[in-house]
Amino acid sequence: MNDILSELEARRDVARKGGGDRRIAAQHAKGKLTARERIELLLDEGSFEEFDMFVAHRCTDFGMEADRPAGDGVVTGWGTINGRMVYVFSQDFTVFGGSLSETHAQKICKIMDMAVQNGAPVIGLNDSGGARIQEGVASLAGYADVFQRNIMASGVVPQISVIMGPCAGGAVYSPAMTDFIFMVKDSSYMFVTGPDVVKTVTNEVVTAEELGGASTHTKKSSVADGAFENDVEALAEVRRLVDFLPLNNRQKPPVRPFFDDPARVDNSLDTLIPDNPNQPYDMKELIHKVADEGDFFEIQEDFAKNILTGFIRLEGQSVGVVANQPTVLAGCLDIDSSRKAARFVRFCDAFEIPILTFVDVPGFLPGTSQEYGGVIKHGAKLLFAYGEATVPKVTVITRKAYGGAYDVMASKHLRGDFNYAWPTAEIAVMGAKGATEILYRSELGDPDKIAARTKDYEDRFANPFVAAEKGFIDEVILPHSTRRRVSRAFASLRGKQLQNPWKKHDNIPL
Amino acid sequence: MFKKILIANRGEIACRVIKTARKMGIATVAIYSDADRNALHVKMADEAVHIGPAPANQSYIVIDKVMEAIKQTGAEAVHPGYGFLSENAKFAEALAAANVAFIGPPKGAIEKMGDKITSKKIAQDAGVSTVPGYMGLIADANEAVKISNQIGYPVMIKASAGGGGKGMRIAWSDEEAREGFQSSKNEAASSFGDDRIFIEKFVTQPRHIEIQVLADSHGNCIYLGERECSIQRRNQKVIEEAPSPFLDEATRVAMGEQACALASAVGYTSAGTVEFIVDGGRNFYFLEMNTRLQVEHPVTELITGVDLVEQMIRVAYGEKLALAQKDVKLNGWAMESRLYAEDPYRNFLPSIGRLTRYRPPAEETRDTYVVRNDTGVFEGGEISMYYDPMIAKLCTWAPSRGEAIEAMRVALDSFELEGIGHNLPFLSAVMDHPKFVSGEITTAFIAEEYPEGFDGVELDEAALTRVASAAAAMHRVAEIRRARISGRMDNHERKVGADWVVTAQGTRHAVSIDADRTGATVTHDDGTSHRVTSDWTPGDTLARLDIDGTPLVLKVDKISGGFRLRTRGAEMKVHVRTPRQAELAVLMPEKLPPDTSKLLLCPMPGLIVKVDVATGDEVQEGQALCTVEAMKMENILRAERKGTVSKINAAAGDNLAVDDVIMEFE
Repeated sequence: MNDILSELEARRDVARKGGGDRRIAAQHAKGKLTARERIELLLDEGSFEEFDMFVAHRCTDFGMEADRPAGDGVVTGWGTINGRMVYVFSQDFTVFGGSLSETHAQKICKIMDMAVQNGAPVIGLNDSGGARIQEGVASLAGYADVFQRNIMASGVVPQISVIMGPCAGGAVYSPAMTDFIFMVKDSSYMFVTGPDVVKTVTNEVVTAEELGGASTHTKKSSVADGAFENDVEALAEVRRLVDFLPLNNRQKPPVRPFFDDPARVDNSLDTLIPDNPNQPYDMKELIHKVADEGDFFEIQEDFAKNILTGFIRLEGQSVGVVANQPTVLAGCLDIDSSRKAARFVRFCDAFEIPILTFVDVPGFLPGTSQEYGGVIKHGAKLLFAYGEATVPKVTVITRKAYGGAYDVMASKHLRGDFNYAWPTAEIAVMGAKGATEILYRSELGDPDKIAARTKDYEDRFANPFVAAEKGFIDEVILPHSTRRRVSRAFASLRGKQLQNPWKKHDNIPL
Repeated sequence: MFKKILIANRGEIACRVIKTARKMGIATVAIYSDADRNALHVKMADEAVHIGPAPANQSYIVIDKVMEAIKQTGAEAVHPGYGFLSENAKFAEALAAANVAFIGPPKGAIEKMGDKITSKKIAQDAGVSTVPGYMGLIADANEAVKISNQIGYPVMIKASAGGGGKGMRIAWSDEEAREGFQSSKNEAASSFGDDRIFIEKFVTQPRHIEIQVLADSHGNCIYLGERECSIQRRNQKVIEEAPSPFLDEATRVAMGEQACALASAVGYTSAGTVEFIVDGGRNFYFLEMNTRLQVEHPVTELITGVDLVEQMIRVAYGEKLALAQKDVKLNGWAMESRLYAEDPYRNFLPSIGRLTRYRPPAEETRDTYVVRNDTGVFEGGEISMYYDPMIAKLCTWAPSRGEAIEAMRVALDSFELEGIGHNLPFLSAVMDHPKFVSGEITTAFIAEEYPEGFDGVELDEAALTRVASAAAAMHRVAEIRRARISGRMDNHERKVGADWVVTAQGTRHAVSIDADRTGATVTHDDGTSHRVTSDWTPGDTLARLDIDGTPLVLKVDKISGGFRLRTRGAEMKVHVRTPRQAELAVLMPEKLPPDTSKLLLCPMPGLIVKVDVATGDEVQEGQALCTVEAMKMENILRAERKGTVSKINAAAGDNLAVDDVIMEFE
């Protein structure tokens, strides 16, 4: 009997070694942790329960039958993050370079199916050289099986991808369909075709880092939602993000004990808006001062910085924040910022996370590059996302809310539940100067007259009261009371029930 | 008493004066420029009058505008504060003509003390010790040597038009005197177009010590002890204290009596300050008299119990001094730290912007210590480019110097100030500097002890152990809270462990935490245990802890896997990990910050006025590369070493932020 038990331990020991000590050392030398070490850091200590430790591939070509390591290059299972269940797969670069075989894919599919069935997030730790070439089309089939599950799980359970090594070719499309992608700086890259193929086809000479490194994907392509210094930090931050997310689309977002008075007054917000309407201010300050304990988990921090997206807590409960950022491009909406915010709003709506919107928007960015790029349809994405969202929506206009961008930014007209404005708000079709130049075109030659007209327009519209008279603004609030007002608004919306008409799915302008 | 006074100033001093006036039941009028519309002194005053655009030369120092504000509000007297119009005889004259009292000395005294040469002559005549020297013009090098010998070496050879170290030479021998005379003369001629030279005794181990005097219009004059202001950076006072750790009673009395003699000689009334330079042998020499309230007056108030502003108001109203010299008793020790909006890590460049956080320590008056903070700003306020960069004057008092320093350390650690660069870490560093603590200071302290500037503080091992104990206990609290999130699997909750590894400032501390209801005992792997108690909860940006019975105050920011902590001028990232996490963290590569030596970075937010070089130019060390205008000042950025310009990223007219890359070198 003892022999049989020790046989299990011996087999486990072999499986745990993955590709063996030499390859583990090589992995470490690259500044990367092994698949199992990563899981240890991601999950609560001792909470990991593994599936399919002894699964091996079935390939018999190219001498593969001689080398059938237990686990087949991916570690899968479930565990807890701060006591809440998550499913995880972690690709093992020490085994066949983490390449994806038919069985490797089956292991991933198994935990994804369980995650959807049991209502818990899936976290994928990607570190793979790509398809298992020896397996040919079986490997491609494996990818597609994973893709299909990503699609089915989308909007049912949160899916998070962490790119911790190579992720190239077909492999990129699984992370691409998850809710969040994080990358590790300097040790991860993602691309559809690598530098060698690029050079052959287009003669472009580019490094893997330039083509698909963390900087490229967080700043230029917006494929990734964030980048971290190393494996340890990346996994700690994924734990932090999971604390903001519900486990599935049937649950409310989590609540945790908090130490910040929801009625806390912050007098410094009364001077946040500069006297000069053209002077920017940092909207992050408002977010930090409204949030519980100043804690803000920003999504896509380095992309389309003219809009801010991320998670905060109010009274311990997660809230998604979207805010125009006046320090970048005056906080205007453009193609990139609309896409960024639209995707974030849809994530929040899919997972019942209430949305708080701070508005200071002078309008859409004009110009040929925007129009040629299709700003009409991209801008419509944000409008669509806000309009279809049924979660609690609270909006605070701090300063400018001009033109169509006013409508887009979670206005009352898009079923906003609470639409507040600061006394400094200006809700109008456009700025006073532009408006008078159109309305009084014939007087343009007389600067004094135009100045007087501009002043008239400002007096009439450069305030929140015209909109408040019409009920488009529910209440004008003092900046220093924003945290209290917003917290109470969300508290009152805890029982909100709103359903869109039945449809197979909508047809958002993709 | 006056019914209403106007304060012709702004910032902390205006607020300071308003406080005393209010205590005396006098109504106050503030004046303000465009930039100060929302300033604290405007909020505090009973009335406020707008007097013009932001630049002081179009508002605060325009006599007509101030006179108009007085007329408009019916103020009976004016307190000028310091700076601005405080030592302006014309202003005193205008007030006299309008029959408005000036809360300061008579015009004659201002004039007489306002001129360096006249004031020195008057001082000599009044029997005040002055720096031995020859004030007449010196014809040639031979005469210079002769005079130097009469004075006695070392001597300072100075251009009479001089300033900023130009045209100044120190000579220790005849030969050096001869040479120094010639080069000073040449430099003075080229720099100032005025080659007149004088020679005076060079004071070794100089300290700046000043006497506070108070005189009424009935012929009474008293002195209120001294202030030591030797901690200066480029003639800007940074830390002051009272009394001086250097003076003995006899010297104090001698200096005080001479100061009063000088005040009487010019018919002085109100509060004034006689500045002396004191050498290593306690010889003191008159420097100048400041005919106003000094910035650093609070330290005198703290050790004498006299409200100097109240005394100034009473004297201006014509009252007799209630105090005689024998009533003046110096009690305990007071320290003042000046908080400047200057970034110590960037060679003290001025910093402007919004105070996103401004939480000074609570002002307290106890038997064992006092904390006082004179300020003119508030959280959410703006530090503008138009005025003095001083944010606050933080003062502590305690029975002894050591205790006053310790109280200052804790007060500085508790001072929360964010949004702009500021010198808090530097002030903390000085408070821990052994030379400062011993009192062995001279006016060259900062230049000598921080010759390369200031680049932060490294804590010693004992302090690090305390910080590590605190961080471990705090992290455990934060982790327990995280484990209490909703949606946990029943019966399978996360158990937060007792063993942690803290890394800080390159050191590693393995600890075990035994927590109970009142605190935690943190045992380090060397076997020592530290008791940590605190009311800190996650999210608090200030942690007040008690470690083994002594206080530790930390500024706390959350970072991934730990905290960014600031205390005693040190700033560090502290990670707290489980033993397994720590083991794996060691495998992470150390990433060096990007090499910026081949880049010219913009040192401050500003406007590029001109770029002096082009791509491909070879530049020499010290060559001007471009000019950045910031705070109305043109700053010329120069090449740090020889090189070739490979790329220029900015052009004249561009607005740049700190650390924007202006140009790159090969």
